Parts: sequence; structure tokens; C-alpha cells
Amino acid sequence: MRHTLRETWSGLRRNLAMTVAVVVTMAVSLSLFGLGLLTSMEVDLVKGRWYDKIEISVFLCIKTTTGGMCEDGKGATDAQRDAIQAALQGNPEVAQVFYESKEAAFEEFQRVFKDSPILGSRTADEMQDSFRVKLINPENYQGVVSEASGLQGVQNVQDLQSLFEPLFKWLNGLQWATIGMSVLLLLAAGLQIANTIRMAAFTRRREIGIMRLVGASNLYILLPFLLESLVAGLIGVLVSGITVAAGYLFIIERNAKTSIRTLPWIDWTHVTTAILAMAAVGIALAIIPTLLATRKYLRI
Amino acid sequence: MFEDVTKFYPGQSRPALRNINLEIAKGEFVFLVGQSGSGKSTFLRLILREYRPTKGTLYVAGKNLGTLNQWKVPALRRQIGTVFQDFRLLPGKTVYENVAFALQVIGKPTKEIRQVVPETLETVGLTGKEDRLNEELSGGEQQRVAIARAFVNRPQILIADEPTGNLDPETSVGIMKLLDRINRTGTTVIMATHDSSIVDQMRRRVLELRDGELVRDQSKGVYGA
Repeated sequence: MRHTLRETWSGLRRNLAMTVAVVVTMAVSLSLFGLGLLTSMEVDLVKGRWYDKIEISVFLCIKTTTGGMCEDGKGATDAQRDAIQAALQGNPEVAQVFYESKEAAFEEFQRVFKDSPILGSRTADEMQDSFRVKLINPENYQGVVSEASGLQGVQNVQDLQSLFEPLFKWLNGLQWATIGMSVLLLLAAGLQIANTIRMAAFTRRREIGIMRLVGASNLYILLPFLLESLVAGLIGVLVSGITVAAGYLFIIERNAKTSIRTLPWIDWTHVTTAILAMAAVGIALAIIPTLLATRKYLRI
Repeated sequence: MFEDVTKFYPGQSRPALRNINLEIAKGEFVFLVGQSGSGKSTFLRLILREYRPTKGTLYVAGKNLGTLNQWKVPALRRQIGTVFQDFRLLPGKTVYENVAFALQVIGKPTKEIRQVVPETLETVGLTGKEDRLNEELSGGEQQRVAIARAFVNRPQILIADEPTGNLDPETSVGIMKLLDRINRTGTTVIMATHDSSIVDQMRRRVLELRDGELVRDQSKGVYGA
């Protein structure tokens, strides 16, 4: 065991420059990887929160409304309303349809604006009947929206999804960009480790040859190399873990959470998960290239 | 030991060894002679299980090498000591360290190493030179270190591939005396050599290979038949 540790230490010292390079690449790529993971967790969180609330509102015509599929000066007839309801319920993308009468809408209006001067500005007759539609998958809203806007007696279709879509697109892009970059960098880190170990094994090929000759086990021969790359990998994991945790603490915990309260934010459990994933990737990235690089020297 | 063993190297139509049948008893001293390329090295490497025979079966130390598990190969090699023409010592290490290395890497406890290494160095006649770097030693002394390293684990078999190839005749005699002494402890010695005077002097069993075939197996033989 002492021999193994001594060999590991001398290997690390001999390749100090390469070891530092491995640690730096590892730290940067794992940090990016963690950032990508956290971004995607945040996006999921935001999506989950908003999708619960997102519904499509189908407003029906009244006498004073124009535009849409309204006939000027006429409200939607009962027959039209039933037809709209039937059409919405028949759509396979629709999970649930609620009907909100203008009276109910007026009550809601009164409740929401009860301390506001605009309370007296409306009467129940000026409110619109509407259908609130919940979708099975909120991302597939377009079919329902276009079908509903084409029905007789529908004045307007509002959907929140189209409002959020640009934001989600942007966040998705960010997430894939960070993950893509981190994968490239992780690849570079893996190749760097393979190269370092290959060189280390080459400089010690005499010793390895003798070890094999006198019957040292493969694990014994491999162990110094494995420990060498594991040490470099673990330092990389440590540095990137601290970076990600510190980034979370200063950017989100101390800043964003207080200044943007309307959004749900990731918390420490998400950060812990991300760091564990980074550690797993970091360790795999240390071990696998080492095994591949030393295979040639261990063939019996 | 060898039962109808044939070895082809990939991409070569002529076998390196062809239909070798022989048995080497425990404690024997055997010379393996023949020109370069006659198959001596292949013969030795088959015993070390560096290669597997293409055909036939080979038993070493009671084990069938054809069916021996990959992970049991190190255990096999612990029962075989090997010495080469070019010594293959570790530069920058002392005599003691070079010999102790062979025990360290198979996980022997330090206490045992401290006891066995000086004993072995005494056997090969290097007492007093433990702390010398092997670069400072003469060729004969370096070969003694290599023999000490091969013998320190008390193997059943000692393989020597032209151990006197780089040494002058006088030094060679000393090395041969040492190998003979090791043989007398019950260790089987298999030695490949070109050195006719040594073979003629020792009068031991001689195996001659020519173009991969065993052409002579003679007890108390000489170099040229």
C-alpha cells in the first residue's frame, strides 16, 4: 500500500503541469455542466408552476363587441354557445372545459376590484360569457386556439402560452447551449486524462514490465494511475462544486429570490442534486480514460 | 509439460514451434539451444503464459495454461522467476531496492522483505553491495541482482534467457555456478543459451530446437550433437 501511495504521489508531481491542466479543464467543464443542469431544473420549475395556471379563455360575443366571429350588435345565441362547448369538449387536446357566465364574471370582477374606482364602470351586461379551457399538454395549444377562434359567436381567444413561449424558447436554448459546451469540454478533459496517464504509463513501462513478470496483479499495477487521475478528478469536482454552490448562493439565494419573487426558484436540494451528478460525471471521467489508456500495458 | 504444442504467430504461415512434445521434471536443469529464430524465446514465453499455444496443451507447475483464467496468470508468474540477457533492472534504484521491488509489488509485508532480501543477496554473493546503485555495478554483478530478484520469492521454476549473453567467459562461469546452486535447492532451471562451452562443461539435459522443431533431447548432452 505504501508503495502504491508513493507511486501515486510521484506520478502527480512528475506530471504537475498536466495535472493542473486536467484539474482546470475538469473544474470548468463540470461547472458548466452543473450550470446547465440547474438551468434546466429552473426551467422545469417555472414551466410546472405556470402550466398549472395556464388556460385558454374563449370569450363569447355580446351586443357591444365587434371583431372575431361576432355579428355586429348581436350576442352569441344559446345554440352557438352549446356548439362551442361541444366543439371544445370534442377536441382531443382538451382536458377540461369550465363555463363562466357573465354574472359569475361580474362577481369575480367585483371581488378583484372592490377597492378600486373602476368598480362602478361596468355592469353585468357588459361582461362576456366565456369558456375556460384546460389542456392535456399546455405546450400543444395552437390547435385548440385556431379551432376556437373559427367558431361562430366567439369574439376572442386568449392564451397565456403564446405570451410565455418566447421566454421558454430562450431558456431552452440557454440550457442546451450550456450542456453542449460542457459536453465538449468534458470530452476534452477525458482526452487530457487519457493522454496524461498514457504518458505516465509510458515513462514507467520498465517497472510495469517487471511487475507483470514477477506476478503483480493487474489491480496493483493499475492502482497508482487510477489514484492519480482520481485525485485530479476529485479536485476538479471539488472546485466546480464550490463554484456552482457559490454561484447559486450569491446570484439566486441572495439576489434573485428577493428581487424576483413572482418566479419559483430552485433551492439547495436542486443544487445538491446537480453537484452529485457533477461528482458522478467527474469520477467516471477520471476512471474510464485511465482504464482505456492503461489497457495496452496490462494485457497479459 | 508440453503436449503436442504448436505456436503460430498471426500473419505467418510457418509455425514458431511445431508439435513439441516433452516433459521437464521438477528440479531438472535444462539447456535450450538452437540458432536465433529457432523458437527458443517462443518456448520460454509460452511457459510464462505471455502467449497461448495455437494448438496442443501445456502444463506448467501443475496447471493447464490453455484453460487457466486470465486473473490467475499473476499467481502462475509468482512461481516462475525470470532472468534476461539485458538484466532489466530498474535504474536509479539500489541493489536492495531492485530485489525488494519484486516482493513489494506482490504485496509481501515489509517485515518479511527485510528478512528475505539480505538472505537472497547473500546467496548470489552480493552482501555488502546492498546500497549501490545498479548502474555502478559490473555486468556480472548486475546479472546477480537480476537472479536475486528472480529467486527472492523462491519460485519453482527459474527461466534464464541467455543470462550470459552479455558477459565475458570468466564472469559467465560464476553465473553458471550460481544457477547450479539455485538448481540444487530444488528449483527447476530452464536456460536458453548460445554458449557452447557452458553447455559442454555442465553436462545437463539439452533440448535443441531447429526451425521450431525439437530435433534433439539428450540427457547429459553437449552443445553440438
